[in-house]
Amino acid sequence: MYDIKALYEANSVNEAIELMQQHPDAKIIAGGSDVLIKLREGKLAGCELVSIFGIDALRGISMDEDGTLRILPLTSFSHITKDPLINEHIKVLGEAVDMVGGPQIRNIGTIGGNISNGVTSADSASTLHAWDAIVELTSAEGVRQLPIKEYYISAGKVALRPAELLTAILIKEESYAGYKGHYIKYAMRNAMDIATLGCSVNVKLSDDKKTILGARIAYGVAGPVPMRVPAAEEAVRGKPVCGETVDAFAGAAMQNINPRDSWRASRDFRLHLAHELAKRALTESIRLSGGEI
Amino acid sequence: MGIIGQSVTRVDAPDKVTGRAKYTDDLADKSALIAKVLHSTIAHGYVKSIDTSEAERIKGVVKIVTCFDVPDIPFPTAGHPWSTDVHHQDIADRLLLNRHVRYYGDDVAAVVARDEVSAMQAIRAIKVEYEELPFVLDPIEAMRDGAPQIHEGFDHNILAHTSYEDGNYAEAVKEPGLIVIDKWYDTPTVQHCHIENHICYAYEEAGKINVVSSTQIPHIVRRIVGQALGRDWGSVRIVKPYIGGGFGNKQDALYEPLCAYLSTVLGGRLVKLDMSREETFASNRVRHAIRYHIVSHVRADGTFVAGKLEAYSNQGAYASHGHSICAKGAGAFRQLYRYRGACKGDAYTVYTNIAAGGAMRGYGIPQMMFALESHVDDIARRLNIPPLRLRQMNLMEVGYKDNFSKNENYFDSFNQCIKKGMEYIDYDRKLEEFSHDTGDIRRGIGMAVFWYNTAVWPISLESSSCRMVLNQDGSVQLQLAETEIGQGADTAFSQMAAEELGIPLKKVHIISAQDTDVTPFGTGAYASRQTYVGGFAVQQTARIMKERILSYAHELTRMTVHNLDIEDGYIININNSRRLMSLAELATTALYSLEHSRHITAESTYQVKSNAYSFGCSFAEVEVDIPLCKVKLVNMINVHDCGRLINPALAVAQVHGGMSMAIGYGLSEQLLYDKKTGRPLNNNLLDYKLSTTMDHPHLEAQFVENYEPTSAYGTKALGEPPATSGAPAIRNAVLNATGVEIDTAPLTPHVLFERFREEGLI
Amino acid sequence: MAQTKLVKCTINGEYTETMVDVRASLTDMLRNDFRLTSVKKGCEVGECGACNVIIDGECYNSCIYLAVWADGKNIRTLESLLGPNGELSDIQQAFIDEAAVQCGFCTPGFIMTAVEILESGRRYTRDELKKLLSGHLCRCTGYENIINAVEKTMNKRLSEREGE
Repeated sequence: MYDIKALYEANSVNEAIELMQQHPDAKIIAGGSDVLIKLREGKLAGCELVSIFGIDALRGISMDEDGTLRILPLTSFSHITKDPLINEHIKVLGEAVDMVGGPQIRNIGTIGGNISNGVTSADSASTLHAWDAIVELTSAEGVRQLPIKEYYISAGKVALRPAELLTAILIKEESYAGYKGHYIKYAMRNAMDIATLGCSVNVKLSDDKKTILGARIAYGVAGPVPMRVPAAEEAVRGKPVCGETVDAFAGAAMQNINPRDSWRASRDFRLHLAHELAKRALTESIRLSGGEI
Repeated sequence: MGIIGQSVTRVDAPDKVTGRAKYTDDLADKSALIAKVLHSTIAHGYVKSIDTSEAERIKGVVKIVTCFDVPDIPFPTAGHPWSTDVHHQDIADRLLLNRHVRYYGDDVAAVVARDEVSAMQAIRAIKVEYEELPFVLDPIEAMRDGAPQIHEGFDHNILAHTSYEDGNYAEAVKEPGLIVIDKWYDTPTVQHCHIENHICYAYEEAGKINVVSSTQIPHIVRRIVGQALGRDWGSVRIVKPYIGGGFGNKQDALYEPLCAYLSTVLGGRLVKLDMSREETFASNRVRHAIRYHIVSHVRADGTFVAGKLEAYSNQGAYASHGHSICAKGAGAFRQLYRYRGACKGDAYTVYTNIAAGGAMRGYGIPQMMFALESHVDDIARRLNIPPLRLRQMNLMEVGYKDNFSKNENYFDSFNQCIKKGMEYIDYDRKLEEFSHDTGDIRRGIGMAVFWYNTAVWPISLESSSCRMVLNQDGSVQLQLAETEIGQGADTAFSQMAAEELGIPLKKVHIISAQDTDVTPFGTGAYASRQTYVGGFAVQQTARIMKERILSYAHELTRMTVHNLDIEDGYIININNSRRLMSLAELATTALYSLEHSRHITAESTYQVKSNAYSFGCSFAEVEVDIPLCKVKLVNMINVHDCGRLINPALAVAQVHGGMSMAIGYGLSEQLLYDKKTGRPLNNNLLDYKLSTTMDHPHLEAQFVENYEPTSAYGTKALGEPPATSGAPAIRNAVLNATGVEIDTAPLTPHVLFERFREEGLI
Repeated sequence: MAQTKLVKCTINGEYTETMVDVRASLTDMLRNDFRLTSVKKGCEVGECGACNVIIDGECYNSCIYLAVWADGKNIRTLESLLGPNGELSDIQQAFIDEAAVQCGFCTPGFIMTAVEILESGRRYTRDELKKLLSGHLCRCTGYENIINAVEKTMNKRLSEREGE
């Protein structure tokens, strides 16, 4: 039994927004794999909840007419992994969320919840950053869009306004067309774990597979929120596909990151991993793109 | 009959695969009041005051009891047999709730409420004012002058110190030309992680306090509840249903005394106390983290001449099993290898401000084997002698006899086990092949042996009682105090009874649950004792039973009992194997005969005054990703000589589980404490890294079956030994792969990172 | 008075309507209201898998699933697996035969995930099976025999299907 003061169930986005307006202190609960655990811990004990779990209209993945991939926020991790559009255009996202927890967690956990709790270790977050995802936020005032980078404000805090709901995650065609990516989750065990460090890289190669036209890298747990490393991306743009380029990428990746010391891992160890994972994730992305090193 | 030695399916499996098997919470009536414990949020200090006024006002709260309310009766908790010798009794150093709190998570107050939510709300609403004292988490620091005093009367926090010296160490080390290997090894605090948390419920009835509990040791818990509540032991009744694992944590009185007490202050109402997983980690028992200092003086040819051990065991805040764990490991040190000149040991068990160390599968031997078997490989490396050869030169000899326990090494178990392990893992070829590995990913192979013994004689009492009752249909109800905790004890005892009585296995109905009001006396599941000790009791009782059956058969058949036997459920004439009558006919006649009615039963107690060595080894093969500081275990085998196998399939399964625990011990598991506050940092199953299905290679279990001559059925310890040698085997494989001696378990990436950096590998 | 809601759902093939406390987890509802005690509590935060049940064909840790969310759903627990005359299902029998059961506390959860795996009708490699079973912790078995039981039952079902 959870210490819930009151539960309000929404069946539509509008209803959810109205309930949030009526109960401004209420927390949103989607799949519950984060909120219910905080309730159990006592951190949220006695809170009011607005459950959006029942809004089936917020589940699924589709493609807009302009080629934008539209991922609805209540889509579970396991459904993302199985989805044909994801597999065709951004397979790495399906792979990344397939590393969250275990199978049952991947059935209940939602991608919207994963990014909206603002946690740096979220397995979907670094990949969404690395693919220039855009979040669509809906409130009584209307719909607005934000680059995912701006959605994350600080650890545990996202740019949701009062009575506002994440209603879609968008990835534009220009962001995915021609790119292949790889995500490495470094954790202490091979399942049921959170990332010590996560690194998501993707590249677009020239037709002859000899030159990097573009590369993107994002880390989880390299700072208080997931982060891109523009310096690394700049360092390899237009550079030949070779070992030196990979080294330069990893070297540059170290410039902007700022992991912390905690009992889970030391800053030094995370920095060491960040370098190694950047190399490995880029190498694998190049290989997936048909390049050879 | 040959039922012993067959892989019959578990007698409890059908209930467990259908959900019919009832565990404590499944049996608790829904009307139960819910108790929750308020744990201290400081590591050391005194409770100055407790304000319960706000908590009392919460709807649903029935009773709040604080450390100022409980009886001032210190009690021990260890699941040891009682000793009538006062000097041999466990240390009574805690109360039901404690004003002097000694670890972060100590028990300060308890709430009883109508439901869980109200109880937790009340727990959060209680205000405790503490007088904080300095705390200490490390045993060596706790022994220093000026360290915080944790218990009165224990100078320098030393719970116990024992020492021995075989030969003259000071003289032995004078031999010219000896090479000295002097090293420290550290083992971690780990937790049992049985999937069912400890849970119990209590109520009064018929003048007794009744406690249904997830415990391994019902008869011992009865005694401890009696002690803690100041009640006559006969007025305490403990019932033990199926339990979801124990591994030693439930070889302690955990919250049964408190739960029983709460019921008594509520007029005997039904009170349930169900631990959360977080509490199980923080406030139950843990495996002692032991720090070892080992100095070996060896000849260049590999002969061990003199050895010295210092062991510092982190007891945590309360004595629980205390020094017996550290002492057991120290005892293994002097026996497992032959230091020809002298062997000296000092073992300290020291109070600190962490959760109390208690029994955990292996009881001090996983710690000792990690240190000693790492040390032996370190010697081998220093001398440039193959590690296996070095072991074979120095391991305990066949014929060795321990004068204390009278244990004898009857067989060449070590070499037989090592040979099987080597063959399975292709040791020699891989040792050679892997030595050429360079680059980022390097393969390695390693091994370790283990020393173990069976049961607790002669340190403590060993006895077991058994009861058998013949039913009308010729089947038998079998009852022991020895407990089924998942290991398969019920099945092994059923096999023994069936074979000894000459009846089919399905005619044996073992009563799985223990109820101290009706179950004959016995001490329960620990020390890998039950198959060995319980075996004597089953055998003896079955023979009495059989004698009574045949005596009645004599009345019915008029044949001498010397010509009679029971086979497959029939009374037979042994001279022509003719079936004279079924046991069912006999039993029905015996019960309902108007001439001579008799209810045929048997009950007996067997006191065991022997013990048996149980030896074996582990081999592990790893791949080390040096830049990622990660060990991948690719292959692992354990080989055991636990005597004759009662049930080979269940024995294999036991070994798998122990190997899994050893893998966690070697690679990932460690309960961490915050150095600033003493708070446990990772007391949940996400942050505490128990292996998942994806963290294991295939686990191979093999056996050498030397019939144990002291044993009723040729068997000896298997429950715990599988958890003892895996971690050092993995550590030695990493050494083989990388050339880096890692002397701290577990070999997490964090540890590898630091060590690889020191060694210049990364 | 606690806030309640009428939950209409199908549990083990039977349509039910129950008033539940909105604060209840599905574990609470199944154990307390329906006495389906195969649903075990091991951590109550979704880390151990002991409370796993199948909801609309997918496995969930019922401890972190609000009971009210069960409205309209089809829920299956271990108790549903027995045949019409009480006979064991193949996967239950395999857990017995492979000595995959020890203390038995994780067993119901594991078997329900096995049911989902087997009902997919797909053939998985051993590594894939390990991943599919990785949401369950077991301290007794080292997982070896559990994986064996699932793998053998999968192979048996697939070969029977091919034989048809």
